[in-house]
Amino acid sequence: MIELDAVSHDFDGRPVLAGINLSLAEQRVGIVGANGSGKSTFARLLNGLVIPKAGRVLIDGLDTAHEVKAIRRKVGFVFQNPDHQIVMPIVSEDLAFGLKARKVPKGEIASRIDAALAHYGLGYLRERPVHQLSGGEKQLVALSAVLVTEPEIIVFDEPTTLLDLRNRNRVAAAIAELPHQTILVSHDLDLVATCERVLMVEDGRIVADGSPGEVLRFYRGQMQ
Amino acid sequence: MTVGLYTIGSSWLHRLPAGPKVGALLAASLALFLIASPLAALLAVPIAAGVYLSTGAPPGRLLRDLRGPALLIGFVFLFHLAFGSAEDGALAVARFGTLILLASAVTLTTPVSEMAELVEWLLGPLARFGFRPEKVGLAIALAIRFIPVIAEEYRHIREAQAARGLGGNPLALIVPLVIRALKAADALADAIDARGYDA
Repeated sequence: MIELDAVSHDFDGRPVLAGINLSLAEQRVGIVGANGSGKSTFARLLNGLVIPKAGRVLIDGLDTAHEVKAIRRKVGFVFQNPDHQIVMPIVSEDLAFGLKARKVPKGEIASRIDAALAHYGLGYLRERPVHQLSGGEKQLVALSAVLVTEPEIIVFDEPTTLLDLRNRNRVAAAIAELPHQTILVSHDLDLVATCERVLMVEDGRIVADGSPGEVLRFYRGQMQ
Repeated sequence: MTVGLYTIGSSWLHRLPAGPKVGALLAASLALFLIASPLAALLAVPIAAGVYLSTGAPPGRLLRDLRGPALLIGFVFLFHLAFGSAEDGALAVARFGTLILLASAVTLTTPVSEMAELVEWLLGPLARFGFRPEKVGLAIALAIRFIPVIAEEYRHIREAQAARGLGGNPLALIVPLVIRALKAADALADAIDARGYDA
């Protein structure tokens, strides 16, 4: 359960989120909004990358301001650009990165990497240098690197923006089958339409909250 | 681009852990500088080339790897020729050539993570003074990981400027490249945090 209690935030005095109260219990929640509306900041609150200047963000009752270590074990984060998320030069080394940070025993690391890559049919990439992968492969590796750490919630910040249609479809299919609670920030309205609940953010406020049909109709109207 | 130089393989050097390989490289370096005979040093070059080729790397790659340092080696030889003797020059060239080939064989067969772990282990004793060896290991991995990313950014900027009729001004390339590199570093720092490192 994700709860935001009177959350406000600003960057150097410029407000980006204002008085947000929310509870998110649905398995798949989509977030839409124009560029600069505050939706990426919203996503970053959930992993403790941004700590709100006012209010509290609670993940299963844990406050992101005080329990960041536990929060990051619970909440995985997939960024828009996998080149800025993948830390290590070789695919297997990158998947091992998060596991080593969690002090997973060495023997277990290899088997978990194999299982995570095999899940998306990426076993053949195991020892490949990251810079030789396609955009879609990189995004799936970034997702695998999050999944291998076994989070309970996964936040996606525009995961398909940089991808061509084929790779977008691969990543969308991977997201669709996740059993985790998934928070999906995206301009890809077809992807957001698969969520159970959609929020629209505008000027740091939630201006629409409901089913994908209702919210996306309102959003399209606002964007005319 | 052969970033980090590591290539997948199953040679005897691939199977050897990083520690013994780097230790042997250090020992070979010391031994080379103790050898005073140019002939003996020159004999070490084909041996080093043999070690290099035993990794499974094609001879063409060996020549490519030597192409870059060739200029430096040539300069060293000419320097000795001008201020010493041809024998001194041959000795220096043989030492450098051998070391470059042996070091390349080590990096070709050692993943960055293993090298980083070795550095962390070597720096381990400093941990009691508050030093964080794992951060050095991470810095090494990041530096290698980001060479192709920065190279790609450089290509984008150069293409964008060429498309607008700009070109030939190094400052116009370097400034946006540095800005993009700093932005990428910011994004990467967030990613490292998000993935639970040091949390």
